[in-house]
Amino acid sequence: MCVMKSKPFKTKKEPYVATTDSCKQCAPLGACLAFKGVEGSVPFLHGSQGCATYMRRYVISHFREPVDIASSSLGEKHAIYGGGPNLKLGLRNVMAKYHCGLIGVATTCLTETIGDDTPRLVKEFRDEFADELACHGNPSIVNVSTPSYAGSHVDGFHSAVRAIVDQLASNVQTVKNTLNLFPGFVSPADTRYLKEIVHDFGLNPVVLPDISETLDGPAAAEYEKIPSGGTPIASIKGMGTAVLSVEFGRCLTDSMSASNILEDRFNVRSRRLGTPIGLRETDIFMNALEEITSRKTPVKYELERGRLVDSYVDGHKYVSGKKAVIYGDPDMVVGLASFLTEIGIKPMLCATGAKSQHFKTAIKAVTEEILDEPSEVLDNVDFFDIEETAEKMSPDLLLGSSKGYKLARKWNIPLVRLGFPIHDRFGAQRICQLGYKGTQDLFDTIVNAVIQATQDRSAIGYTYI
Amino acid sequence: MAETIFAERKDQVHRKGEEPFQMTCDKESLAGAVSQRACVFCGSRVVLYPITDALHLVHGPIGCAVYTWDIRGALSSGPELHRHSYSTDLQESDVIFGGEDKLYRALTQLIDRINPKAAFVYSTCIVGIIGDDLAGVCRKVEHEKGIPVIPVESEGFKGNKRAGYNAACRAMFQLVGTGPIDDISPLSVNILGDFNLAGEIWIVREYLERMGVQVVANITGDGRVDDLRRAHGAALNLVQCSGSTIDLAKMMEEKYGIPFLRVSYFGVEDMADSLYKIAEFFKDIDPQVMERTKALVRDELSELYPRLKEYRKALEGKKAAIYVGGAFKAFSLVKAFRHLGMTVALVGSQTGTEEDYKELHEITDPGTIIVDDSNPLELSSFLQEKDVDIFVGGVKERPIAYKLGVGFCDHNHERKEALEGFVGMLNFAKEVYATVMSPVWRFTPRKRAYLSKSQEMDVCHEIKAIQN
Repeated sequence: MCVMKSKPFKTKKEPYVATTDSCKQCAPLGACLAFKGVEGSVPFLHGSQGCATYMRRYVISHFREPVDIASSSLGEKHAIYGGGPNLKLGLRNVMAKYHCGLIGVATTCLTETIGDDTPRLVKEFRDEFADELACHGNPSIVNVSTPSYAGSHVDGFHSAVRAIVDQLASNVQTVKNTLNLFPGFVSPADTRYLKEIVHDFGLNPVVLPDISETLDGPAAAEYEKIPSGGTPIASIKGMGTAVLSVEFGRCLTDSMSASNILEDRFNVRSRRLGTPIGLRETDIFMNALEEITSRKTPVKYELERGRLVDSYVDGHKYVSGKKAVIYGDPDMVVGLASFLTEIGIKPMLCATGAKSQHFKTAIKAVTEEILDEPSEVLDNVDFFDIEETAEKMSPDLLLGSSKGYKLARKWNIPLVRLGFPIHDRFGAQRICQLGYKGTQDLFDTIVNAVIQATQDRSAIGYTYI
Repeated sequence: MAETIFAERKDQVHRKGEEPFQMTCDKESLAGAVSQRACVFCGSRVVLYPITDALHLVHGPIGCAVYTWDIRGALSSGPELHRHSYSTDLQESDVIFGGEDKLYRALTQLIDRINPKAAFVYSTCIVGIIGDDLAGVCRKVEHEKGIPVIPVESEGFKGNKRAGYNAACRAMFQLVGTGPIDDISPLSVNILGDFNLAGEIWIVREYLERMGVQVVANITGDGRVDDLRRAHGAALNLVQCSGSTIDLAKMMEEKYGIPFLRVSYFGVEDMADSLYKIAEFFKDIDPQVMERTKALVRDELSELYPRLKEYRKALEGKKAAIYVGGAFKAFSLVKAFRHLGMTVALVGSQTGTEEDYKELHEITDPGTIIVDDSNPLELSSFLQEKDVDIFVGGVKERPIAYKLGVGFCDHNHERKEALEGFVGMLNFAKEVYATVMSPVWRFTPRKRAYLSKSQEMDVCHEIKAIQN
């Protein structure tokens, strides 16, 4: 870890070519996570067997839930003659055994490079196996292009959400008075809470993806081939009839936005908001709901807000002036930067492994009102870069995935585990950080992390702080 | 049940006693079947990963490197280069114009920065397609930097995990024979196929030390490049996890005339048998070695057995299911469960050979399900059918067990508990006990479905008793 200690920091002119201890995953993993949030859905990777297995292991370790990802399991001869036959065989096998409502086909670097035209293959499949499809209740097949050499898991996630909307949404109304909500990659517990909020404003939420049950399900007597829950396909088909689409993500580009498709195609008005972490970003979300429903925020949330402000005051001195380093998916980092700024913690470094053109602007937008000196903001970095940049900042705490633990250990500072992956703590699927209530959890956790660090370092052993 | 198993996979599932034994294995995974297997790259990566002072550079897009970053409990007593993840992180332009230049620059920079003893450069799917001359770049850098730079032909799609094991063995074989072999005892071995998970190789080394046997190279747990270079000086190769390293043992036998023994350090019998086999091998050179070994086993067992008995009392008659990567672990586990008074109702592996399954068939009880390259749907239905108390597997198997309210023991590379050696058997018993005897199962829907109302009342009383 400290191999560079004696050497000077690298200059911008000579960046390291290799990625050391990556702060991102690959695009197909993001697509699988998005597909996991649709009812009756089986993610399917068109590539070699290893991709599916590696990603399953990685995702299972975070959520501690069964995560089945099918694969076309290409071998050497398929790489030469094309993966079409195996893709089709795989789709038939998944249909036969899983009785699914949707198969989400994501490509991989292998199939993108050997030149498989996956959209055409899927179309062919629909024609060739029309009877078999009908036999199995006509499951939808959505395909998305996710070569691992382009973008990161963040891009894979958004591309898959966009592909689902692009290929399934229509203006066939099934439920009235719906609101489309595209939360991005947030925890199952946060997803449950977002649905509750929308409900309490008198609207029917269509959250895509909805991993609230599929990746945090109850104990079962019989093994469910596909976990219950997820966005119902009928609801996705009705997305064109919603009263509004709310899409979280200040870093989201127009070309990655799912709500844009609904606006262009079905005139569903779209509001692009920041991920609601902290008071101000949550206020913006609640105001948007007030505006669309012409209702006041329910008392329940006013009380949550009031308690949150009260706790900001009660806890402010523990955290005031502390220096933090945040890393993770761009939109989570932006939300956290906004929140930390408003409680008096300086986000010294905001970093993401993804390439993100709006990241810098978004961080500036949410922090400049309060922060005197702007944060250092870096996209497309690895943990080697983060360590090198953060070391000279002497941070008091880290916020992000488990993968920053080695830095926290080295610098003897707390790591507040947020985002993905969390492989060294229990309960990642139940972490709340959105809305007033989630922010409250987060605030309590951060204040306690700082208190504990003080307590641990003190020779006195205070039992009263 | 029949509905769960694909027609194409029928010959990969056998129920002992119901039909004459015949099993198909070692074939490509069926598309769409959600195999628990990984790929060629995975096979190479697991074998070479624990070499602690080498640079492990994954040439490909970021995924392959990120999913294998510090996920295994392969401990080191010194350098920890293996716990980092290095990737050329190929981008679209590299795929179009080729990744050789990027690989060259990444390699030279990293070698300067971290000063490794050698570099392994792993090929991934895409490298096999775009046709980068991996060997050429490696040769060039080796010449410039003066350390071995070894290409590992591990393109993911070119076979399964076993092909990856073979590629790793070929890569390591390039190092063997390049170091000095003086000061090596005639009573000396290399330990192959142990990855020092939770410090297991240190347990085995300690036994060997007590027997008076020198270990030349750990292959690969807590491994060192310089040890590999002089591995040809050992008198004997000990091969555990035969799938992964037997190819290296065979190559060393052919070139250097070093014989090998197949061993296993899991479970009481296999551990003791392995030590006795080693003593037997060296008894002509050192007539005392067998005595020392007998004393060692006696000492260890006299400590282990009384403690094991306690666990056995509680676990007698419970049922287990096993699904592991390599079949060698399954053999030892079947025997280990017998020691605990438990029966094995299901046993399977991702990459077993025909010979492996024959052996499993011989050592299991009638009615046992034997399965090759299984998947979540099959495994979950077997667990339900056999109503087992514990499932032994890896991370991917764990949620299947837990969701159904079945206990679980992690016997994969992620584990943090040493399961090898005599002490490992005790740890295993403790872990099995901790999960099987936990009070939580009675609350799960699967168990509740079997409980009548009155039994539930009893349970409530029991809980109260526990709480009090």
